[in-house]
Amino acid sequence: MRHLMSPLDFSVEELDQLFDLASDIEHTPEKYAHTCEGKILATCFYEPSTRTRLSFESAMTRLGGKVIGFADANSSSAAKGESVSDTIRVVSCYADICAMRHPKEGAPMVAATKSLIPVINAGDGGHQHPTQTLTDLMTIRSLNGKLGDFTIGLCGDLKFGRTVHSLINALVRYEGIRFVFISPQELRVPDYITDMLCEKGIPYTEEIRLETVMPDLDLLYMTRVQKERFFNEEDYVRLKDFYILDKAKLSLAKENMLVLHPLPRVNEISVDVDEDPRAAYFKQAQYGVYVRMALILTLLGLAK
Amino acid sequence: MLNVGKIEEGFVLDHIQAGKSMDIYEHLGLDKMDCTVAIIKNARSKIMGKKDILKVECDIETLDLDVLAFIDHNITINVIKNGEIVEKRVLALPKEVRNVIRCHNPRCITSIEQGLPHIFVLADEEKEIYRCKYCEEKYSGKEFRK
Repeated sequence: MRHLMSPLDFSVEELDQLFDLASDIEHTPEKYAHTCEGKILATCFYEPSTRTRLSFESAMTRLGGKVIGFADANSSSAAKGESVSDTIRVVSCYADICAMRHPKEGAPMVAATKSLIPVINAGDGGHQHPTQTLTDLMTIRSLNGKLGDFTIGLCGDLKFGRTVHSLINALVRYEGIRFVFISPQELRVPDYITDMLCEKGIPYTEEIRLETVMPDLDLLYMTRVQKERFFNEEDYVRLKDFYILDKAKLSLAKENMLVLHPLPRVNEISVDVDEDPRAAYFKQAQYGVYVRMALILTLLGLAK
Repeated sequence: MLNVGKIEEGFVLDHIQAGKSMDIYEHLGLDKMDCTVAIIKNARSKIMGKKDILKVECDIETLDLDVLAFIDHNITINVIKNGEIVEKRVLALPKEVRNVIRCHNPRCITSIEQGLPHIFVLADEEKEIYRCKYCEEKYSGKEFRK
């Protein structure tokens, strides 16, 4: 029995198979509309989440399966002090597969060690969010045509953003990728990541202004820069506009550059960018459903 | 110079970093064992300047070598039988250590889940870096020897 704890749990070949399946689901959804009939997904969400939980529920429903679960810890037995180990043992009796989000890092892994059913990590604190990374990879592969041979700019909070770290770790397994890290000094990508890129001989550059590097990018992955991450207000005021993508900045980009964002977006992408064909962040949410459908089928052993 | 007599059966932990012998004594659980233990602190050493030595009169197999290697893999172990050294053991960093150190990340599941073993997995042998199995919090074996 397999679980998904980290995007690196799957080899590049296994990911290819997963994305092929997700792509087939995208193009022929009717073929898969009943593949999970009689199966139940448990969504155990110990902290609130809108998109991830609904994406999982949509995925299982589109496969013909049913969904049970809870949406925050207060409406679960965790409020009575039940351990994750005990909860998953019980959930294993009720469902065939479980998607778990938990504020404590490593909670889904603890669940996986005790579970009788496959467990998917749907986000554990600031640690991992593998289905977001799979979504990002699937979106890039689908809209860019391939995973590899491109320059990707990662912009915003590169220090604390788990989606960014996870995406970098997943992308380094592909050929011909160049990274451009665009962030204020306070929020630059951690040393362990740049050390890893140096060791692997993967090219990267670091920039403070988005405009400077915009013409070089094939992909731009935006994240939010939060005010509270800055050491002083002055720096925040000086730098915040550097990391807001608007029409003027986008006009510097290649015609086929893709703009990605894990969402929710606050103000880091101006709404007037939404209509631009390069804005791919809502399509990204759609690919998130396809990739979760493919993942559920794969972990249930129903992928053909 | 203080002299401590030979032991007949047991083992000698040599080249312990000066001042760390009591930590090792505790981590190996020697305080709970009913055997003779000599702790020698700040002994002169040509290589280290100063070093600690532990002499223990009990079977080497009672020793958790993984714990010892995690704490300091530069320690040498001399196995003694009939008062003579019959074997020298070299320590290698263990791939995994269980309940030797605790994860201090307050966001780690180990902070709330009862009965969960604290497991650290070797992530970088050269830099002696271990990571918590659950949250991947970094811990360097070198920190112990500071």
